Amino acid sequence: MANSENGGTPQLDELEKGPWPSFVTQIKAAAKGNKMSQDLLGQLEKSYRDKVGYWKHGGIVGVMGYGGGVIGRYSFLGKEFPNVAHFHTLRINQPSGWFYTSKALRTLCDIWEKHGSGLTNMHGSTGDIIFLGTVTDELEPTFAELTEAGFDLGGSGSDLRTPSCCVGPARCEWACYDTLHITNHLTQHFQDELHRPAFPYKFKIKCAGCPNDCVASIARADMSIIGTWRDEIQIDQAAVKSYADGGMNIERDICGNCPTKCMEWDGTKIDIDDENCVKCMHCINAMPKALRPGKDRGATILLGAKAPIVEGALLSSVLVPFIKLEPPYDELKDLIERIWDFWGEHGKNRERTGELMQRVGLGNFLEAIEVEPLPEMIAHPRENPYVFYEEYYEEDDGEEEEENEG
Amino acid sequence: MVIDRKTDIGPPNYEQFLPPVIKKNYGKWLHHEILKPGVMVHVGESGDKLFTVRAASPRLLSVTRIRDFADLADKYCGGHLRFTSRNNVEFLLTDESKIDALIKDLSTLGHPVGGIGNAISNIVHTQGWVHCHSAATDASGVVKCVMDDLCNHFTETELPGKLRIALACCLNMCGAVHCSDIAILGIHRRPPKADHATLNKVCEIPNVVASCPTAAIRPTTVDGKPSVEIDEERCMFCANCFSVCPALPMADALNDGVSIWVGGKVSNARSEPMFSKLAIPFLPNNPPRWPEVVEAVRNIVEIWAKNARKYERMGEFIARIGWPRFFKMTGIEFAKEHIDDFKYAGLSFKRSAQLRH
Repeated sequence: MANSENGGTPQLDELEKGPWPSFVTQIKAAAKGNKMSQDLLGQLEKSYRDKVGYWKHGGIVGVMGYGGGVIGRYSFLGKEFPNVAHFHTLRINQPSGWFYTSKALRTLCDIWEKHGSGLTNMHGSTGDIIFLGTVTDELEPTFAELTEAGFDLGGSGSDLRTPSCCVGPARCEWACYDTLHITNHLTQHFQDELHRPAFPYKFKIKCAGCPNDCVASIARADMSIIGTWRDEIQIDQAAVKSYADGGMNIERDICGNCPTKCMEWDGTKIDIDDENCVKCMHCINAMPKALRPGKDRGATILLGAKAPIVEGALLSSVLVPFIKLEPPYDELKDLIERIWDFWGEHGKNRERTGELMQRVGLGNFLEAIEVEPLPEMIAHPRENPYVFYEEYYEEDDGEEEEENEG
Repeated sequence: MVIDRKTDIGPPNYEQFLPPVIKKNYGKWLHHEILKPGVMVHVGESGDKLFTVRAASPRLLSVTRIRDFADLADKYCGGHLRFTSRNNVEFLLTDESKIDALIKDLSTLGHPVGGIGNAISNIVHTQGWVHCHSAATDASGVVKCVMDDLCNHFTETELPGKLRIALACCLNMCGAVHCSDIAILGIHRRPPKADHATLNKVCEIPNVVASCPTAAIRPTTVDGKPSVEIDEERCMFCANCFSVCPALPMADALNDGVSIWVGGKVSNARSEPMFSKLAIPFLPNNPPRWPEVVEAVRNIVEIWAKNARKYERMGEFIARIGWPRFFKMTGIEFAKEHIDDFKYAGLSFKRSAQLRH
C-alpha cells in the first residue's frame, strides 16, 4: 500500500518539485483508488532507496491467438507489494501520426481505469500507446473492450513492430509522401506478421516525410522510409529577399551551411544548382516561407538501423535511392517480403537485418533480394583488394561454349 | 467457452481523428512560422491557418491527466489533439485568440509550453525502475531532474540550434539514444553473477553462450549441474546474456550508473546523421535528484550554447572545434575508456597530423 504507514515516499516526493511536469504526480494521481498504482509507488520508492530495479524478466503472457502485444512483467517484491506481483504491459497500436479526438482518449482511459493501473505512456519508444501494468486475468477483457472500441494490440517480440510515422501531410508542407496513409496501410496489410512473431528478431518500420527525419527512422528502424524529391527546390525569390531584408545573413548562414555548396546569393536573388543538391533540408528549414521541396516527390528507402545489442549500433543505409510511393505500394510491399524471406531463411536467432547485411555482405544481400547494386548505396567503394570473385575461366571454357552452341 | 472475438483489426484509421482544418488542407500546406516559443502557425494554400501549441509531458501519464488534456482539447480545439515523436502533447487550434488562454490553463496544470525551433525539446526516454527488468538507472527520474534544470531552454528559443537529449536506462536502448546531441545512458560495470542452482532450469545454455559478443561465456558444470562460467576480463557489460537468461543478473547498486554521450543527430540538415560519442564514461546513480548528471549535462549544454555558430548542432560544433578542445572547454577528463576497442575501433583513431597546438 502507498506507504503512508511505512514512512511515505520521501525520495519520490523530491521529484514533485521543479518546473517540469512530474511522473510521480501522475503515479500518485492514479494511486487514488487504484491499488496497483499504490504498490507501484511503494516499490519505486524502494528502488530509489536501494538504487536498483525490482522487476523480473517478462514471462509468456498474452491474449488468445496473438504472440505479441503484451509484455509480461513480475515483481521480485510480490510479498511486500502484492498488487504489482503481476504487472503486465499492453502495447496498443496508435493511430498514424498520434492524432486523437477527446472522445477516443476518454474511451481508452475508461477501459484502462477499469482493467489496469490507470497509468500509460503516451507513447512508447516504438510508437504504441502503452497501458502500464495489469494482471493476467484482465488481459482478455481489456483486449475485448479495446477491439470493441476500434483499437488493436501492437507488436512485441520477434515480429513486425508497430510501424510509426511523422505528422506528414496532415500538418507539414515538407511531407514528400503520405506518411500517415502508408503507415496505416502497411500496418493493416501485415497484421499477421505484427501479431504472430515468426521472424529471427524484431523488424521496425518508420516513415519520415522528409530528410529532417522527425521520427528518427535512420537510427531506430530496420526499414527507414525517408521522403525526398528529385526535381528543383521551389523558390519564391521575393520571399528570399524578405528574409534578407529581415536581417538573415544568407551568404553565411544559408549558402555557407550548404553541404555541397550548390547555392549562390547575389544580394537580390538565390541560385540553386539542383543537380548538386543532396536534399539536406537546411535552406528550406531556415527559410520555410521562401523555399519548398520540389514537386517530383517520393522517398529514399534505407535498411538496417538498430541499437547496440548484439553486434554494435547501426544506422540504416541506402537500399533504394528513390521510389514513388502511391497506394497500393505494391513495389514496396514486394521488396519488404523479399527481405523477410531471405532474413527468415538465413538470419540467426536474434539477428537484425542490419547485422545480417553486414555478415553476408551488402553485395550478396542485394543479390538475394534481387536489388541491383548502385553507387548511391555506399559512402565510397572498397579500400581493400580482397574481392570475392565468384567465377573464373579455364583454358577450354571457350571451346565448350562453342560446342554447346553447335 | 469461445466467444466471437474480434482480432487483427489493426489501429483505428487516423482520418477519423483529424480536425476539419487538417482534412481540408491535407497535403496542401504552404509554409509555417514560429510565432513564439511553443507556438507555430501553418498556412495552407487555401489561406487557412492552423495554430499548434506544444506542451511538455512526462510521457508517463495517468488517465486523470489524459482526461484533463481531453477537456482542454474540447475547450479550445474542437476536441482534437495529437502527441509528438518526442512525447509532447500538441493542441491544434484555428482560433488564434484562444492561444493565450490555453497556455494559461496548461500552465495551471503544470505543463510548460515550448520545444519548437532552436530549443531543447522533450527528452525521449525508457521505463527505468518504473517498469523494466534490465534498467541500470531510473529513466523518468533522471529526465525530470535534467529538464527541471534546463526548462528555460524548452520555453525559450535563444539557443544556436536544436538540441535533442535522449535517455536509455541500459544498452538495449529502447530509447535509441545513440544518435542524440546528448545521450544519457544507464550502464552496468560488474560482470553477471551466475545463479548456478537455477541456470539450467530457466535458460538454454547454447543460447546463453552464443549471446555474448566477446565470447566470454563458456559452458561448465557446477556442483554436478550444467551452468556457465564468465571470463570476467572479456565482459564489457552489455547484458545481452541477461536478456536471454534471467539467471545472469547484472543490476548492482554499487556499480551501476550513468554515462554521457554527445554529438549525434538523425536529421540530414547540413551534415549527415551521426552517432553520439562518449563524453563521460561514468557518473554515479544518486537518486532522487542525480546532481552529478544534471551538472554534467548543463555544463555541456552551456559550452555549446555559448560557442556554437548559428544552426550548429552539437556534433557539428565538435567537428569544427575538434575533440581535444571539446574536452578542454568542458573540463571533462579524457581517459582510456574514451578510446574504442570493439569492432572497427581503428576507424576512430586520428589518422592525420591535422592537430591544433
